[in-house]
Amino acid sequence: MTVLVVVEHDRGTLSPATLEALAAARTIDPVVHALTLGSAADILAGELAAHGAAVVHQVHHDLLSDFGPEAWGESVAQAVRALQPDSVLACGTDRGNEVLAQAAARLDLPFVANVISVDVADVWRVTRVRWGGSLLEACTLTAPTKLLTVSHHAFEASESPAAGTTASVTVDLDPVLARTVVAERVEREAGVTLATAPLVVGGGRAVGSAEAFAPLEELAGLLGGVVGCSRAVTNNGWRNHTDQVGQTGTRIAPDLYMACGISGAIQHWVGAMASKKILAINTDPEANMVTKADYAVIGDLHKVVPAITAEIRRRRG
Amino acid sequence: MRVLVCVKRVPAPGARINITPDGLAVDTAYLAFTTSPHEECAVEEAVQLVERHGGESTVLTLGPAEADEQLRYAASIGVNKAVLLPIDSAEWDPQRTATAITTAIRTLEAADGPFDVILFGNESADAGNFQVGVRVAHALARPIVNGIKGIEVDGDSLKARRESDAGVEVYALTMPVVLGVKEGINLPRYPTLKGRLGSKKIEVGQVVPEAVLGGQQMVSLVQSAEQVSQTIMLGNGPEAAPAVVDLLEELGILK
Repeated sequence: MTVLVVVEHDRGTLSPATLEALAAARTIDPVVHALTLGSAADILAGELAAHGAAVVHQVHHDLLSDFGPEAWGESVAQAVRALQPDSVLACGTDRGNEVLAQAAARLDLPFVANVISVDVADVWRVTRVRWGGSLLEACTLTAPTKLLTVSHHAFEASESPAAGTTASVTVDLDPVLARTVVAERVEREAGVTLATAPLVVGGGRAVGSAEAFAPLEELAGLLGGVVGCSRAVTNNGWRNHTDQVGQTGTRIAPDLYMACGISGAIQHWVGAMASKKILAINTDPEANMVTKADYAVIGDLHKVVPAITAEIRRRRG
Repeated sequence: MRVLVCVKRVPAPGARINITPDGLAVDTAYLAFTTSPHEECAVEEAVQLVERHGGESTVLTLGPAEADEQLRYAASIGVNKAVLLPIDSAEWDPQRTATAITTAIRTLEAADGPFDVILFGNESADAGNFQVGVRVAHALARPIVNGIKGIEVDGDSLKARRESDAGVEVYALTMPVVLGVKEGINLPRYPTLKGRLGSKKIEVGQVVPEAVLGGQQMVSLVQSAEQVSQTIMLGNGPEAAPAVVDLLEELGILK
């Protein structure tokens, strides 16, 4: 076996990034093996087969009934020892990176995070993202088993039917690993979130104060969207960090991002760049956000935003 | 409570990151440096933990001599002690870094006792290798959870919260623990004048790091393809509003 994909799921709900990892794995070897952790993931075998998994190795253990970085990482490490793959791919997500780091530490192997391309040779040459995607690093990877996570959005998920034969892998987990299994969950309230909103109205330093976000809230509310902000805004205490769009905040992907008074520094751009369309409203026509946007209005957001709201109300009568 | 926070000195780029002509480093000639954002919050959290529960905090970095600046910044907002693991370059590979930090922690703990809490940033802003904290925790045989946005201490136990797609996950841990912290866990304070002056006087300890190269070695840095966009100008000032609303209708956002 050459390539093994660690399936990311939450109590049996598949993370879409897994399908991207399967697509990436098929570029390394057409025969792809998948690894699912916990019996809740057994139901995923069919979908994994549709996306190219020739064999789905299933691990069942009481400690895998919910997510736990140590139990998952140790299970991956034991599966790697048992199955001896040449490479292991996981998702370049919070969980994927955490689990593969755990496995790498336990196997004493290198681990390359957030890879966008792999050149398989005697010494692997791998390209990975740095700075949240604004810079690429070419690196060599020397290891008996290559551990990689696949950068989100670097590969497109696609169907490629394979057998999806199921097999069982036995793991022996130290009960102490229960210490990092999720102890309690608070489900998110239903509704539009920053990460999933179809429209985001973002405000930057130029908004000027917490109160001055009211017109942005009003516009977002009218259009069924939400308000986001830049890191400068959260650092000033004007808005909560949960509203921050950026490398260390939320990555958004709305149909339209209206970036108001945001210069577009790397930190922010990385979080906004997956937006389908961007409209920048800025006094500076040379601002990075303006030059990278699809559409722009040159002007003071404090005048432009209320004018847009008024125009919407006028048309709606 | 004894708290250790591990940080990394990183450049503070603006709109674009330039690379040196040899392709091996970020051109920092015109850039300032800062503490990687998640770690800036980890430093604040270390100070708050000691403010709430008593004890002492220590900041540690593996980096060039100039990383003294980030150690003293941490001291200026209230961290008690600072340790530099000096290296000749901006960074080491993640395995080598983790080995060096593990050895340094063992040295510090042998001298002054174990740390109850060790904080890392979830990932560094520049390299983003997502593994140094996990490797250190594993080598020290301590639990680690990443992505932490809330810590509540109760005696020897601790609850750590993190966000997921589904909501919030809570982890119940017993100290000693290692946690990978994310920005948003707190709002870091600014140093006071007194803090700044005091930080100039603290003694920065040194542990000379020794560790072999890991299996991942950087060959070169490459600029990622710049998103080229022909920006369509919708107009100037509030007079552009009708054009914006036309666009909202065209994109199906205003129905």
